[in-house]
Amino acid sequence: MKNRLGNASALIFALLSGLIFGLGLILAGMANPAKVLAFLDLAGWWDPSLGLVMGGAIAVGLIAFKIAGKRSSSFLGLPMNLPTSRMIDKRLVVGGLVFGIGWGLVGICPAPAFVLLGTGSVKGIVFLVAMLIGMGLFELFEIYCKSKQASTKS
Amino acid sequence: MIIDWNNFTPWSALAGGVLIGISASLFILLNGRIAGITGIIGGLFRPVAHDAGWRIAFTLGLIAAPMAWLLFGELPEITIDAGYGLLIAAGLIVGFSARYGSGCTSGHGVCGISRLSPRSIIATLAFMGTGFSTVYIMRHLLGA
Repeated sequence: MKNRLGNASALIFALLSGLIFGLGLILAGMANPAKVLAFLDLAGWWDPSLGLVMGGAIAVGLIAFKIAGKRSSSFLGLPMNLPTSRMIDKRLVVGGLVFGIGWGLVGICPAPAFVLLGTGSVKGIVFLVAMLIGMGLFELFEIYCKSKQASTKS
Repeated sequence: MIIDWNNFTPWSALAGGVLIGISASLFILLNGRIAGITGIIGGLFRPVAHDAGWRIAFTLGLIAAPMAWLLFGELPEITIDAGYGLLIAAGLIVGFSARYGSGCTSGHGVCGISRLSPRSIIATLAFMGTGFSTVYIMRHLLGA
């Protein structure tokens, strides 16, 4: 029973976290692709707002992750899933560089894409569907890489 | 560089950022998970038993946010100037590369930097750099 309750509260807090995240994006203006592009347009009429969004989020996050780093389980008793990889490899750098190109083309990144779906924006939904296809293509690419590795080993 | 003071919204940006920070904090401290959308969605492509629920719940929260906002007031302006072809191309690029680089603006940019992770700091510098460059090329060299 306790376990069931634990699962239920985990789901409720996941929903609540997603909701607060989305409200934060809307309030910050990050759900508006034109405002994101205005931040990325250093040589035009520059809107520095997005920098403050990152700053505000990180200021709060620094404290939470400091606490989280000292714990082995969450306050709900769930395992603490903090990333352990420290490797700075080609994937990280190339992935980041290419991600910035896609982001800079239209001003939409993954979280705001879901918020745009909630607003009913047709253009937002088109982006979201393409993004999900892109993520699916990555899974196929991973399968391809693994099979290639396996065949070179044998 | 010319700051666009008319459209600069420091207080709502800061307050929205703080909300995002609170969300990421709740998620790590209560659920023990990183609020990185790419990782949350990516995990759904590789089904593991008892793992999909929280991912779907977080995503539903994101999608419900504009509807919850409407209970209290009008949504702020949302403008997407890009055409459909560009949106599809950008969506494919963003989806693939966010998974390839293990994270996006939320996972690396907010949570990763909050953890002072060298990986995330490098990833964020990388996508900020190409983000600025892409807009420069599109707007000032190609005039799109």
